[in-house]
Amino acid sequence: MIEYNQKIREIAARLLKEGKVDMVIGFRKGTMPMMNEPCFIKKPEQANLLVWDSHCGINLANYLYDRKEKIGVVAKGCDSRNIVTHIVENKIRREQVYIIGVPCTGMADKRRIALLTQKDGEIREVSEEKGRITVKGDKFNKIFEKGEVLQDNCSTCLHRNPVIHDEMVAEPVPEQTGIDPFKDVRETEKLPPEEKRVFFKNLVADCIRCYACRNACPLCYCPTCFVDEARPQWVGKSVDPTDTMTFHFLRAYHCAGRCTDCGACERACPVGIRVRQFTKKLNKDCLELFNWKAGLTLDERPPLDTYKPQDPNDFIR
Amino acid sequence: MEHIGIEPGRLQFSWISSAEATKFVDVARIVTDAIRALGPNTHFAKKLPKVA
Repeated sequence: MIEYNQKIREIAARLLKEGKVDMVIGFRKGTMPMMNEPCFIKKPEQANLLVWDSHCGINLANYLYDRKEKIGVVAKGCDSRNIVTHIVENKIRREQVYIIGVPCTGMADKRRIALLTQKDGEIREVSEEKGRITVKGDKFNKIFEKGEVLQDNCSTCLHRNPVIHDEMVAEPVPEQTGIDPFKDVRETEKLPPEEKRVFFKNLVADCIRCYACRNACPLCYCPTCFVDEARPQWVGKSVDPTDTMTFHFLRAYHCAGRCTDCGACERACPVGIRVRQFTKKLNKDCLELFNWKAGLTLDERPPLDTYKPQDPNDFIR
Repeated sequence: MEHIGIEPGRLQFSWISSAEATKFVDVARIVTDAIRALGPNTHFAKKLPKVA
């Protein structure tokens, strides 16, 4: 990871010096451990602020669109797929972005680490070396294998390397194989309707409708989101279970065929709702019905904005 | 929708041209019969507070 740091800084400084980009979007150390924050670097001498470790889970594609300047962006596998989605949806032109590709071995789940060290006290410092994460507090010192504390979406990720890039920070990492990313969805599908209803009801029971999941999501770029619209008011604004459920499944539908399972929504949720249970079902359907995974190619339109005669339509009477 | 627990058959889709009057009648009959068999929708319906 240290070598990534150096390389990212070098590339960022060089691009800014040569005037190839006006700004580089990357990560810098956050004010709290395990919370790296996005940062916009505009001068070459600021480039040494940039960092890369296992706490860069935020999806940087979310900061790219509706801007005028030429942008360099540090992108892991999922970020790059979201950049592809942006280009396909005409949110940004390919020439406007310079993609600094980072082969990714997954991001650490800060909640899981916090849970595992709950009894020991507050985490003060986190460091990382050779696939091991060391967590330090006032009175403790714990070492985790990175594989044990990965974010759920990273542990089933099949696209760790950027799908498009202008420059790579390092050699691609091997992709994971023999993994079923939809194991949990299959489990839910087997439940009878009533149990499904209860499963999802309990899933969103804690939701406070803060919309952090929407704000963290690179797909959610509508000028006015359907939940904020007042005329007409599509969905109630209360935390009534029906309103909350409507928000969650409608948001998932808006991401159908576009979601890259980057996990930004789950990472942002302050109450730990597994928001991806909604989007993953639609990802699975897109794969099974249209043989489609979002953000892998610039040459194909997503299934929901194309018509093909062989599209399945058994559900229409 | 069925994945999040709506009863199968509660939500139905149909494509009917304005020229297909008989199809419209048929579909309306089939749908109302199916929904009547399911009974009133109790889940996923917002209960408004009773105001005097």
